[in-house]
Amino acid sequence: MALDRKIAYINLSTGEVEIKPIPLELRKKFIGGRGMDAYLLYNHAPEGCDPVGPENPLIVSGGLLTATCASATARTHVMAKSPLTNLLGSCNMGGFFAPEMAWAGFHHLVITGKADKPVYLWIHNGDIEIRDAGHLWGKNSTDTQWAIREELDDQEIKSMVIGQAGENLVTYACVMTGIKNAGGRTGLGCVMGSKNLKAVAVRGTMDVKIAHPVDALEHNKKFIEQITSAKVNQIQGALGTPFIWGATNCWGGVRTRNFQYNQMEYADEIEPEAIDDIATETIGPHHMTGCFGCQVHCRAQYKIQSGLYAGKYDEGPEYTSLGAFGAEPDCKSAETVLTGNHLVNQYGVDNLEIGSMIAWAMELYELGILTSKETEGLDLRFGNDEALLQMVHNICTRTGWLGNVLADGGIPAAEKIGKNSFDYLIQVKGMNNLHSDERATPGLALNIATASRGSDHLRSRPAIDLYHLPEPVLRKIYGSPVPYDGPLSSEHTEYIGKPWQVFWQENVYMAVDCLGICKYHTVFLGATLPNFEDWPKVIYYNTGLEFTPKEIWDAAERCNNLERLFNLREGLTRNDLKKGDTLNHRYFDEPCRRGAPDVIGKKIDRDKFNTMIDEFYEHHGWDKHGVPTSETLQRLGLENEPTRLL
Amino acid sequence: MEKFLTVDADKCTGCRLCEQVCSVMHEGVSNPAKSRIQVVKWEQEGIYIPVICKQCEDAPCMNVCPVRAISRDPDFGFVKVDHEVCIGCRSCVGICPFGAMGYNMTTHQVFKCDLCGGDPQCVRFCDVKAVDFVSVDRVTARKKRKGAARQSAAERQAVALG
Repeated sequence: MALDRKIAYINLSTGEVEIKPIPLELRKKFIGGRGMDAYLLYNHAPEGCDPVGPENPLIVSGGLLTATCASATARTHVMAKSPLTNLLGSCNMGGFFAPEMAWAGFHHLVITGKADKPVYLWIHNGDIEIRDAGHLWGKNSTDTQWAIREELDDQEIKSMVIGQAGENLVTYACVMTGIKNAGGRTGLGCVMGSKNLKAVAVRGTMDVKIAHPVDALEHNKKFIEQITSAKVNQIQGALGTPFIWGATNCWGGVRTRNFQYNQMEYADEIEPEAIDDIATETIGPHHMTGCFGCQVHCRAQYKIQSGLYAGKYDEGPEYTSLGAFGAEPDCKSAETVLTGNHLVNQYGVDNLEIGSMIAWAMELYELGILTSKETEGLDLRFGNDEALLQMVHNICTRTGWLGNVLADGGIPAAEKIGKNSFDYLIQVKGMNNLHSDERATPGLALNIATASRGSDHLRSRPAIDLYHLPEPVLRKIYGSPVPYDGPLSSEHTEYIGKPWQVFWQENVYMAVDCLGICKYHTVFLGATLPNFEDWPKVIYYNTGLEFTPKEIWDAAERCNNLERLFNLREGLTRNDLKKGDTLNHRYFDEPCRRGAPDVIGKKIDRDKFNTMIDEFYEHHGWDKHGVPTSETLQRLGLENEPTRLL
Repeated sequence: MEKFLTVDADKCTGCRLCEQVCSVMHEGVSNPAKSRIQVVKWEQEGIYIPVICKQCEDAPCMNVCPVRAISRDPDFGFVKVDHEVCIGCRSCVGICPFGAMGYNMTTHQVFKCDLCGGDPQCVRFCDVKAVDFVSVDRVTARKKRKGAARQSAAERQAVALG
């Protein structure tokens, strides 16, 4: 049997380590990766636990296919209760960490307790050691990784680390691996920091068994061809995620000046081509790099040319950094984007969240809700590049009154700033949105309102909705593996059929997260990329497990429901502005001011939005409050959770 | 042997798919420690260099082997290890200037690249062609053209500056 995989429970308070095999029956139900993490979280996190307390379990995992002979199975998934949202904390990153962890003998780690001084974990060929990290504390994310390699005298070690932001308990600190791979959302770097855990270092030379190696190898070739033949991935391989910048900004989907506009002026200043002009000279002719086993190679590499950080090497910027350091604060300089991107990577902080937080503070400053008294003289107006970068430092190091307040996250900061500052915070469930503007795209608005980890585009976004695919094509994609004969619309500004699309996407993204595959290898940005029908063979050849497309769908739905149960247990209610499935009032009240003709003037219709939510709940088998019915729980085999089988 | 395995590190994206498919092809498991090809990285600078066996003409591994277990395959030209003869002393591992001779901790045998019998899987899977299996004259011609272009550009720049 190919699946002799292990989980390790590590208690940092007592130093105890327990290693167990992962039962096969759980694979069928929760697959692995994020799904298995959801099971572990629901079973191991005490109800209402303090996210920065010792009892909050930090769960680190690879997917079912991680390190096997399948394309791009590089993703590491991390889960805990989020210090930012007080709900589900969940993040996912590429790089080389999860495969190395698999070769070191583990597919899941559950880290509980709190060390009495800074420590790091050293996981090597089945052994787990807790080591002193006093000399690493205070180091940025990359220096920490290189120092661990020097100390253990092995340049092949991969580490998941926190930078200073995690140490300083910034509630949206990342976990980082490599130069810029970040488990960015929901602040799990803060959870690591709260445990005094600076890093998890892994290195392994153990086998990951392949059930049918010859078939796996041959099938992988076909699988890769399906992935790299998609135009969208070819462009990604040349420009990285910023390739969607120009088009998105053009039609009016880029949130600018916090939420004042939906399109940035002078956006071509930070186009990927403009960034290339100032960034690639010093890097090799092939300036893209990839995660483990991936032929899409969507990560750009750059050196900053001038200014305070001249000569610094980094990777990115991703599309999200163009928003965080471009559109939202309305700064029009490629160098600022590159510098901001470098700073967040080094400090280890979520670029989406910090960009949104600063843009929010800028709008408050413009409105007079924040004054130069609170900013301590910093001229925090839109378009002030220096103030933007200064605030990044201030937040990550908790310097000054405002830096310290913003480091606590949106909702606590709004309480401290007071007045009507909360009204301007573009968040769902306490987490800020990326720099996208969904007022003209109800499907995307439904996605961010209902995503299990707060306002987020990687949980259920029907991004192909923007391509205006003909209805028969939509029917083919969205009508399998579960038949759907309800309405569907090719029009991205429509409301009809979107709840089903969001529901379908939610399951497809959960499935890839369970398998440990990247989202660019499924129906996210490209309609022809693999989905449920394509995975059974990959799973079978690599692991020997037999799944039908419908069984993968069911497992994904089960895991999504488990995340829902966790959120409900921790206080999610449908219409709660701070913990619910709803949007900031500005989505309903302020129309789009810029963009394509069919976008200008658009805002979300509150009644139609509520109807979408009702319909979305119905597809799930949830009642009108968004709670899974007992029939749904029985259908999915969740009626007895928590079952504590692991 | 007309064709040889050649590396163009400028093209390498550092994904290590070659390591994955190599170990699956030869050992039936996924384990870079058992791959014949390995990508050496300086992530701090974005430099990735695939390291392979060069199948040297005057091969140090062949020369150092005390029991003559290493020889050249008459059909495909690659340097191979006869495990019936090999005593596992690992002298070849120590002497190879490229670090291309590996040691399998499970079977306790040395291992090296055998060009997959003429269809190297690392080449087959590398879309960017950072590793390639081509004849020497084609590589030379390609390099000449690249070098000439570089020289010509430098000369033009010198004239412009002069």
